[in-house]
Amino acid sequence: MRKNNLLYTAWVLILITGSMFSCKPKNAGDAVSGDAAQQVYVAPGKYDEFYNFVSGGFNGQLSVYGLPSGRLLKIVPIFSVFPENGYGYSEETKPMLNTSQGFVPWDDQHHLELSQTNGEIDGRWIFANANNTPRVARVDLSTFKTAEIIELPNSAGNHSSPFITENTEYVVAGTRFAVPMDNDNGDVPINTYRKNFKASISFISVDKNSGNMNLAFQLRVPPVDFDLSHAGKNKSHDWFFFSCYNTEQANTLLEVNASQRDKDFILAVNWKKLEEYAKQGKGKKEAVQYAHNVYDETKHMATSTIEKQVLVLDAKDLKDVCYFIPCPKSPHGCDVDPSGEYIVGSGKLAALIPVFSFDKIQQAIANKKFIGEYDGIPVIEYEAALYGEVKKPGLGPLHTEFDGRGNAITTMFVSSEIVKWNIKDLKVIDRQSTYYSPGHLCIPGGDTKKPNGKYVIVYNKITKDRYLPTGPELAQSAQLFDISGDKMKLLLDFPTVGEPHYAQAVAASLIRDKSVKYFDINKNQNPYVTKGEAESKVVRNGKRVDIYITQIRSHFSPDNIEGIKAGDEVYWHVTNLEQDWDIPHGFAIKSVPENAELLVMPGETQTYKWMPKKAGIYPFYCTDFCSALHQEMQGYVRVSPAESNVPLTFSTGKNLPDSATAPPLLDK
Amino acid sequence: MKKLIFLSLFSAILLACSNSGEKNESNVSTSTTASTESTSSSNPSYDPNRGEGKFTHVDVSPTLDAAMADAGNKVYTVKCSACHKLTDEKLVGPGWKGVTQRHTAEWIMNFVTNTDDMLTKDPKAQAMLEICLVRMPNQHLTDQEARDVYEFMRKNDGVK
Repeated sequence: MRKNNLLYTAWVLILITGSMFSCKPKNAGDAVSGDAAQQVYVAPGKYDEFYNFVSGGFNGQLSVYGLPSGRLLKIVPIFSVFPENGYGYSEETKPMLNTSQGFVPWDDQHHLELSQTNGEIDGRWIFANANNTPRVARVDLSTFKTAEIIELPNSAGNHSSPFITENTEYVVAGTRFAVPMDNDNGDVPINTYRKNFKASISFISVDKNSGNMNLAFQLRVPPVDFDLSHAGKNKSHDWFFFSCYNTEQANTLLEVNASQRDKDFILAVNWKKLEEYAKQGKGKKEAVQYAHNVYDETKHMATSTIEKQVLVLDAKDLKDVCYFIPCPKSPHGCDVDPSGEYIVGSGKLAALIPVFSFDKIQQAIANKKFIGEYDGIPVIEYEAALYGEVKKPGLGPLHTEFDGRGNAITTMFVSSEIVKWNIKDLKVIDRQSTYYSPGHLCIPGGDTKKPNGKYVIVYNKITKDRYLPTGPELAQSAQLFDISGDKMKLLLDFPTVGEPHYAQAVAASLIRDKSVKYFDINKNQNPYVTKGEAESKVVRNGKRVDIYITQIRSHFSPDNIEGIKAGDEVYWHVTNLEQDWDIPHGFAIKSVPENAELLVMPGETQTYKWMPKKAGIYPFYCTDFCSALHQEMQGYVRVSPAESNVPLTFSTGKNLPDSATAPPLLDK
Repeated sequence: MKKLIFLSLFSAILLACSNSGEKNESNVSTSTTASTESTSSSNPSYDPNRGEGKFTHVDVSPTLDAAMADAGNKVYTVKCSACHKLTDEKLVGPGWKGVTQRHTAEWIMNFVTNTDDMLTKDPKAQAMLEICLVRMPNQHLTDQEARDVYEFMRKNDGVK
C-alpha cells in the first residue's frame, strides 16, 4: 500500500514537471535553438573573436564588449567624468572636457565609427559624437584612451555624426537642432525659427598618420533636423548622404508638427567638390570660438586650445554640391551598401523602406529631374532617384546594415523585429522578433565595403521583463543573432551600460596585438614625472606645494609628509614606477571635495589637486589591489594651521616613532 | 524504513564529498613545498644555478666595467631602488649586498628579465617569495640594461 502511494507520488511529480516544460509561455526562449549556448561560449582564458564598441548614450562613454560572449571588457570615458579612474578629475585629463563655455562634465554619446582605409576598418581609431554639447572625439585603439576632442561652432545637437569617408579623410558632424549661428544675435523670438535659425554640417579632416583632427570647413544648410549619415563607397566615394526630418521647420510640438509631410529628405553632398571650393577660397571665414583638446601620450597630459575661426560655405551659393532626395517619412538610418550603389533610407514613420540608386541620382542630376528647390537646394524627383521599395517590411524601420552577401538587415522599432531582405529583388527573406523595440543594429564591418556577416547585434530600447527586475530603471538589452544562414538565429541576450545607440564591431585580430601594456617610464615626458624614488620630493612655492610621489608594490615615496598648511594649493604628481602589464596603482585622500581618485597606469604620471582647508592628519592610500601588501600601501599627510611654522618634511621608512612609546608585547 | 535507508545513503554521499574536499585542501596547503621539490627533482634538465630564460652564458671580466656599472646605477635608480637597498637590509625585496655571490650572473639576469616564469619554477626564487610575499615585478629591462644592472651589483659587491 505504502509502496503504491510512493509510486503514485513520483508519477504525479514527473507529470507536473513535464507539463511545466511543455507549457512554457511563448517567448524568446522558444526562439533559441539547442546549440546557441555552444556558439556563444568562450571558455575561461580564451579570447572572443570580435571587439564590439558600443556607444554609451546618456553615460557619455564607450563600452567595449567581446563577441560572441557578450562579456563587458572595458568602459572608455570620453565625454563624461569617470571617478573610477580619475578621467576629468586629474589635472592631466581635465582639459579634455574643456569647451568654449568652460568645463562640461557630461554628454550624450550616440554614434561610433571605426577608422577606415580603402573602405575597410583599419583598427587605428574610433570616433565618437557628443549629442548635447556638440563635439567629436577620437579614441586611440592601442591605449583605449580618448586622444582628442574637438568642439563644433555654429552647432547644436551633434547627432548626424561621426560618420567618415572611405579613407577617413573627413569625419562629419551634422546638427540635429537648428539654432541662430554663433555670430548672429541669438536673442530672438523662438517662432522666428524659419528666418533666424540655421543648420550646419561640419567636415573635420583627419591626419592620416597622427589622426589629429582639424575643423576644415562647415556647410551651412536650411534649418531642418539632420539625423544620420553615411559616406558613399567605390563609385559614390565623393558623396555623403544625410537623412533629415522636420523639413516642416517646426519649432514646437515636433511630434505632430514635424510629421506633417509625406516625405522628408536625404541630402546628397558632393564632398569632393565642396573640398575643392573650400580650397579655392569660396565661402567665408567666421570668427567663432571652439575648444580643441589633445591628449599627449608622451606627457600623459591633455592641452585645450580655443580655436578662433571657421570657414563656412553656404549650400545655396554652391549650385552643384547639394541635392535633396525626398524620403518617406522622418528618416533615421541613411545607409550605403558595400558596393556604393544603393542608399537605404529608413523612415521611422513609414511602412516601407526606400532604396535609392546612386546611378539614378547621377542621371537625375544630369537631366535636371527636379521638382523644385528647397531653400536654394534642388530637390530630385522621388521616382527619378528610387531603385525600389521594400514593401511591408514591418513597422518603424530605423537602421540598416549589410551582410556582404547581398542582403540587408533592418531594425523595426515599432513592430520589435529585425528584417532581412535582399538588396537586388527587395524581397523579405526572414524576420525575427527582438525584445523589445530595437534602435540600432551592428554587423562587424556592416557599414563598410567588407562586412563580416557572421553576427548581427541588436540594441534594444526597451528591456521590460528580460532580466531580473532592478526597480524602475533597467539595463538596456542587446541581442546577438547568428546570421550566417538564411534564417537569423537568436543566440544571446546581454545587458549593457548607459543607452547604446550606434555600435561597431571588428575582428579582434586587427586590434588585439597592438594593445599597449604599460608606458615606458624612461619615455615619460610629463613635466612632473618622478623617475625613481631618489627624485621624489616636496616643493613649496608660496601657497603652492608640489608633491612628487612614486608608487611601486607596495609603498609610496614619500609616505609621511608634514608642513602642509590649511589654504595651500597642493598638487600630488603621482608616478607609477611599475613596468609590467596590469599593475596600475590608485591614489585617494580622505575627505577631498570635488575630486575622485587617480588610477595611474604603469610608467604614467597623473596629478591630483588638493586644497586642504582644515588642520589635521589625512591618510592616503592605494585604491587598486596591487599585491599581498596592498593594504599596507598607505601614508599620512599632516596639515597645520595657515600661520603655523611646522617645517616641510617628507620621507619613507625614516620617520620612526619614539621607542619609548612602543606598543605592548612588541618584543614578544 | 525505506526513508531511513535513503537518508543514510544520502549522508554517505555527502560525507564522501566532504572527505574529498578535505583531501583537496590538504593537497593545496602542501603544494608549495611539494612543487618546489618536484621541479628540482622531476626535471633534471632544469639548472637551478642558471634559472630559466634567455641567458645561458654571460661573459664577466675579473675587473669592473665602470661605464656599464654607471649605466646600471641609472636603471637601478628608476626601476629597482624603490624595493632594493644596496645594503643587506630587506626593504620590499632583499638588499643587494652580496647578491652576486649568492647567484650567478645568468640566474640574476634571467630572473630580472623572465620574472614570472622564474617565480613559478625556480626553487630559489620561490623561497625568496615566501619571505618577501610580494611577487617581484617584471620591470621590462632590455638585455643590455639587465647586464648593466648586473655590473652595478658587482660594483656594489666591491669588484674594482
